[in-house]
Amino acid sequence: MEDSRQWPLFEVFVRARGGLDHKHVGSLHAADARMAIDHARDLYTRRQEGISIWVVPSKDITASDPAENDSLFEPARDKIYRHPTFYEIPDEVKTL
Amino acid sequence: MSAAPFGRVEAPALFRYVLRLGDLSLVLGQRLGEWVGHAPALEEDLGLANIALDLIGQARLFLTYAGEVEGRGRDEDDIAFLREHGEYLNANLAEQPNGDFGNTVVRQVLIDAFQLELYERLTASTDQRLAAIAAKSVKEVRYHLRYSSGWLVRLGDGTEESHARAQSALDTLWPYTVELFAEDELDRMMADGGVAPRLSEVHAAWDPRIDQILGEATLKRPKDRAHSWHGKRGQHSEHLGYMLAEMQYLQRTHPDARW
Repeated sequence: MEDSRQWPLFEVFVRARGGLDHKHVGSLHAADARMAIDHARDLYTRRQEGISIWVVPSKDITASDPAENDSLFEPARDKIYRHPTFYEIPDEVKTL
Repeated sequence: MSAAPFGRVEAPALFRYVLRLGDLSLVLGQRLGEWVGHAPALEEDLGLANIALDLIGQARLFLTYAGEVEGRGRDEDDIAFLREHGEYLNANLAEQPNGDFGNTVVRQVLIDAFQLELYERLTASTDQRLAAIAAKSVKEVRYHLRYSSGWLVRLGDGTEESHARAQSALDTLWPYTVELFAEDELDRMMADGGVAPRLSEVHAAWDPRIDQILGEATLKRPKDRAHSWHGKRGQHSEHLGYMLAEMQYLQRTHPDARW
């Protein structure tokens, strides 16, 4: 059998309960997607943490380059007016 | 003999039947537990341990009930750890050694499919307690089969070596499946009393399920052969003795030890 370290890496996303988003919970090695679901079930939902699992081959995720952080994220720093905290919330609005 | 308090079957017979169910899970669970720390990957280590824990959980429910049916005040631990070799009533297949990972997977597929078909029907048992245990366990077993059959297909339809090893394990373990479905007086009594399904019915459902998995795994189904082992009557291979020695060591050395 192939060494498990040569199995591809999968990222695991778990939905904790209905209405919530799938959240990234970690990654694991598996030979194929079905095995990745099985492993994710055993590793990440054994204490009732979820009702739905997504697995995605890590290689299919395109990540931003940390070297570009300055140009990607710095410009947002001095634009605090984009935060909604500048608006007064009317009393009538109960949940926002 | 006292009147049967358990529907249409006598307590001593029901006791032995429940032991068959409980011991199958107990022994297979203990075997899988031997993989902990040795599985080919960390993820498989956890996968096998999870299945082992499910099986031990089933064994606890069955053996607790067996103790109540027996009515001599024995609890699950007494029954699990303080019986002799010949008092375990699991089919011989469960006690077969782990061998390589492929061998463990084959043993698992054969028993998972058996338990799945058995429990599905046991949910309709006239014995409420067994019906409840089966209803809880059948969900676990359905996952076990998903796990084990996934692996069998991967190995059988994998490399030349994994295929050869899976086929060889299947050839070795197949003869033991005959015992799972060999109906004896006790099985017949339970079926007549509505406590358990007919084994022939379980067999008829198990067959196509196994054929489908073997087909996907590109493995050849071996021929059935007459068998000469009777684990269900307490006649075991020497393998069980070694397993019990390890399993019972703590309880016999430090009786009633607590965490």
